[in-house]
Amino acid sequence: MTKDSGVETATLKVFRYRPEVQTEPFVQEYKVPYRQDMVVLDALNYIKDHIDGTLSYRWSCRMGICGSCGANVDGEPKLTCASFLHEFKGKEIKIEPLANFPVIKDLIVNIEDFMEKLDHIKPWIIRKEETPLEKGEYRQTPEELEAYKQFSMCINCMLCYAACPIYGMNEEFLGPAATALAYRYIADTRDQDHEARFPMVHDKEGVWECTLVGECSVVCPKGVDPMLAIQKTKILGATQILKPPRRGK
Amino acid sequence: MPAIEAGFARGIKGPIVESLSHDILIIGGGGAGLRAAIAAAEHNPKLDIAIASKTYPMRSHTVSAEGGMAAATREYDSLDKHAFDTIKGSDFLADQDAVEYFVSECPREAVLLEHWGCPFSRDPDGRISVRAFGGMSVKRTLFAGDKIGFHMLHTLFQTTLKHENIHRYDEWFATSILVEDGHASGVTAINMRTGEMSSILAKAVVLSTGGCGRIYKFTTNGWIKTGDGMALAYRAGVPLKDMEMVQFHPTLLPNTGILMTEAARGEGGYLINKDGERFLKRYLPGKMELGPRDIISRSEMTEIKEGRGFEGPYGSYVLLDIRHLGEDVINKKLSFLKELAEKYAGVDPVHEPIPVRPGQHYIMGGVNTDKTGYTGIPGLYGAGEMACVSINGANRLGSNSLTECLVFGAAAGKAAAEYAMRQSMPHLGNPLQGVAMEEETRVYDQVLKHEGGERISSIRSEMQSTMDESVGIYRDENGLSQATRKIAELKDRMRNASVEDRDHVFNTELISALELDFMLDVAETIAYSALYRRESRGAHTRTDYTNRDDAQFLKHSMAYRDHGRPRIQYSPVTITRWQPEARVY
Repeated sequence: MTKDSGVETATLKVFRYRPEVQTEPFVQEYKVPYRQDMVVLDALNYIKDHIDGTLSYRWSCRMGICGSCGANVDGEPKLTCASFLHEFKGKEIKIEPLANFPVIKDLIVNIEDFMEKLDHIKPWIIRKEETPLEKGEYRQTPEELEAYKQFSMCINCMLCYAACPIYGMNEEFLGPAATALAYRYIADTRDQDHEARFPMVHDKEGVWECTLVGECSVVCPKGVDPMLAIQKTKILGATQILKPPRRGK
Repeated sequence: MPAIEAGFARGIKGPIVESLSHDILIIGGGGAGLRAAIAAAEHNPKLDIAIASKTYPMRSHTVSAEGGMAAATREYDSLDKHAFDTIKGSDFLADQDAVEYFVSECPREAVLLEHWGCPFSRDPDGRISVRAFGGMSVKRTLFAGDKIGFHMLHTLFQTTLKHENIHRYDEWFATSILVEDGHASGVTAINMRTGEMSSILAKAVVLSTGGCGRIYKFTTNGWIKTGDGMALAYRAGVPLKDMEMVQFHPTLLPNTGILMTEAARGEGGYLINKDGERFLKRYLPGKMELGPRDIISRSEMTEIKEGRGFEGPYGSYVLLDIRHLGEDVINKKLSFLKELAEKYAGVDPVHEPIPVRPGQHYIMGGVNTDKTGYTGIPGLYGAGEMACVSINGANRLGSNSLTECLVFGAAAGKAAAEYAMRQSMPHLGNPLQGVAMEEETRVYDQVLKHEGGERISSIRSEMQSTMDESVGIYRDENGLSQATRKIAELKDRMRNASVEDRDHVFNTELISALELDFMLDVAETIAYSALYRRESRGAHTRTDYTNRDDAQFLKHSMAYRDHGRPRIQYSPVTITRWQPEARVY
């Protein structure tokens, strides 16, 4: 942070890519008035409202739950709404789009690959038999809830994919969030066909690709541990494959 | 350097060549829209259904709802109790037939959401847990920690993926409703990724775009909540009902407006003034912290006005104290509140009370619909916060809005499906093509290419300040008149505003300009409806007309668009079994 004519300012170096204006990306520097309680997203909004209306980025809830505003801040994948300027005091702050995704414009990346993967893992309750609604909710104890709860906390913000070196090398890799969500349903007592997801998580681009770097779990802003989900899915898969075939009664 | 997306630039606009079509088109992918899509898909798997949303569905503002969703599911509860609480909470402005339908559908919708996988919090016996909530006479609010909205949204979104007849237009922004021979026939919409405008034709259109909180500066709402569907319907000729009824929630963080969930009080939290008193004993002795939001917000303002608030860098505030609940309860049931308070206010609620003040949270008013979501324009339906059926009247009870999205989303989806099955597909000939081309001219030649005008952010900021100051918790004739004049001035200035970004690819500034254009129309209906309702009822508090006046105002305000400005008419309130009485808690 520096002081310009008495006003404390922060300097942001922002990755720009405007395909209709120039073919190559560039870096643009902005100075914004600094407040102790400002997040990076506040700074971006200040730029957009007062300095440069062309700067483009996604946002929605500004409270860390919608998953829109991920970017690489000083090289680390972060939610810009939950990343405070004071964490970078004394430095220029480098803002780039999330790594490992194609850039559409400035900080806006294409996440269609994840959307397809999400669809692929069947993220819904599969029942072999439906219980009529009149019979009320499926009972589930707090302990049964606990078995999958953390994996249901994924906000699809893509920080884990930006941090994953395997995904960086091989975009076919199912990756952290999709596996966590697959496991979320596999571990849910209400789901009756866990094996329906095994081929997807166990095919050659599935969980076995993971080399346990664990950055996904480090960067998750919601405390989800995708690496644990990957490990648990591997164990399930291994025991499933090794298990003797079922015999009739 | 991150990889750039080669070949993405599509360049220059051409005529609308692309004409897309579906049986049912849903605008908005939050709780109500997703529920509508599933209802339609289940009603008839042969229907071709599409959801168009300006964000990916899982980014919709439903995601921010915290406390829970109301449904009378326990043996000690009844539909009548839920209905009466809701009607009394509404200060008797709710339509009672709509409320009776709503409460009767809530339990079924709650079970459905559970069957679809919503990770509700559970009692030891495996039932969905319930908690107390403001204005509810018994514990009937089902919850998932303090993230019900997040879990509901993701459960619904992921459930839509199993229906092969639900298609999506993610990051498409609807700019107008196409109406042919009085029937809704689709929309014009911008594919934000390319910047191209298309017509998406449909036999039936469901609007479910949420509220309009961004009209105010100090709001809990996400910035995407810009009243789009309200303005779309209003411009298509549907009246906006009870728009003066804006909810101010009592517990927002003073600097950001981030919501501290009502569940904090549902679990037993206190509101405290500077003298360390639980001050609600003066206002709501029978309910204390479990009173309705309108009365608690006014009580906080009175405490502040009488010198019993605290002063801080972001204005006056009171304290929300949950320390006595203990770390275990806070971690288990209020973990998101704890995370938000720590991150955004630097306060650990286990050890310190949280500074809070009231701010905009919800709008009871909205697009006039009946119980099936029908707007009065054949083929056009609405649901969720955007719509006004009305079950919320002059004040919504916390946790009714989530089930409202489900109940009326489902109703609108089903009604749209039935309607679509009887209709043939509109085609893009005359006059629709002409209308679509006019819309293209408005967006690309007027809004996008206008040179040398002022920035939209200055107009937006002035609108928000005007609404906060003159159309906030307290209102009077003078302030409201000034607000109507100010909004008219801002609408004039908007015609001359310019966007700096002339790109077609992902032009968020152009989208912001179109959103602001919508918001100014919606803000104007709020100001005029508030000006002409010369009484105090629910959240609408007139300092110059302090009493409820059933003789003159037990009726709905209906704002029609007339030569670009609101004309306010009135329609009767439906009373079934509960005669209006004094609202004392």
